[in-house]
Amino acid sequence: MIVSLTVIALVAAAALAALNGVTKDAVAATQKAKVENAVKEVLPAFDRLDEQTIDNHLCRLAYDAEGQFVGAAIEAGNDKGFGGHLQVMVGCKADGSVCGYRILETHETPGLGAKADQWFQQGGKGDIIGQTPSQGALAVKKDGGSVDAISGSTITSRAFLAIINDASDVFGKINQ
Amino acid sequence: MKTSDIIKNGLIKENPTWVLVLGMCPTLATTTSAVNGLSMGLATTFVLMMSNIVISLLKSVIPDKVRIPAFIVIIATFVTMVEMVMKAYLPGLYDSLGLFISLIVVNCIVLGRAEAFASKNNVGQSALDGLFMGLGFTWALTLLGIVRELLGTGCFFGHSLIGGADGMLMMILPPGGFLALGLLMALINYIRSKSKA
Repeated sequence: MIVSLTVIALVAAAALAALNGVTKDAVAATQKAKVENAVKEVLPAFDRLDEQTIDNHLCRLAYDAEGQFVGAAIEAGNDKGFGGHLQVMVGCKADGSVCGYRILETHETPGLGAKADQWFQQGGKGDIIGQTPSQGALAVKKDGGSVDAISGSTITSRAFLAIINDASDVFGKINQ
Repeated sequence: MKTSDIIKNGLIKENPTWVLVLGMCPTLATTTSAVNGLSMGLATTFVLMMSNIVISLLKSVIPDKVRIPAFIVIIATFVTMVEMVMKAYLPGLYDSLGLFISLIVVNCIVLGRAEAFASKNNVGQSALDGLFMGLGFTWALTLLGIVRELLGTGCFFGHSLIGGADGMLMMILPPGGFLALGLLMALINYIRSKSKA
């Protein structure tokens, strides 16, 4: 009884370990590609990237061909979302204005909070692109701010804007 | 048992979703779109078939007293394999199905078929039973996904059919899942009772 169960468990473990070895690299590669695409999407055109870690946030500093600083992509997140953790890649231009964002991890409600990936983009109903949080933190209208919250998802909107504001704070501390 | 009986059982007569009503958790949670329903169904089909084969091969070696833990270890191994492969090569799908892939381990259909069929029949029949039970589960989930996606977002497999319409959001939220499941189950059982009479 014990022998047969042990043998089954050992064979299962060996099979999984072998498969893990095969898929490990592919998992790491897709993860890396996901982050790299997000960086490209949220920043203006750049030629070279530098990495800096500020307050535990990984920042990617972008420079153009002449070595001019054009902006930075900052990874930030919090646990204030309706479904838990929200992780966002935020791009800021050199003047501190928001250039773009891409949601990396979300557990928000489909059809409601999950709309955040489009809602705050350029042309979206809660467009935040081009705003400069360092001149006044972004907030939803309900909290006296100027951003339209996602209908029915004020909690998600608050969490999201808090992340943008945090990222902007980090941006202010970047050493170009 | 005849081959045609095994096929008919899985697809219609003992369909896991419409007749046995097993595995409701993934059924309701992942059918927010047709693609998700289809992928969940196919992942479960793979696990069902592989675990049925292995359990049927090992049925004389596994002592009766520890058969359930042994089955669970075998099932969990195949589920983890699906999860690893999906994470590596289909990251988009993995993100949308997420947790529910690992939950195939506790899907009653998989353990149910292991206990009720694979531990009593030969390898060929067990493989066939796993395949067609899985396909029965797959078509049920896909149909549910199509209905919910169509009403909830106006799309069919991600392609918009009704331009500009937002759809009934409720249909892709949990209440819509229960409504669609109940009404489809009633419809299918109505058709079955008619065709029998």
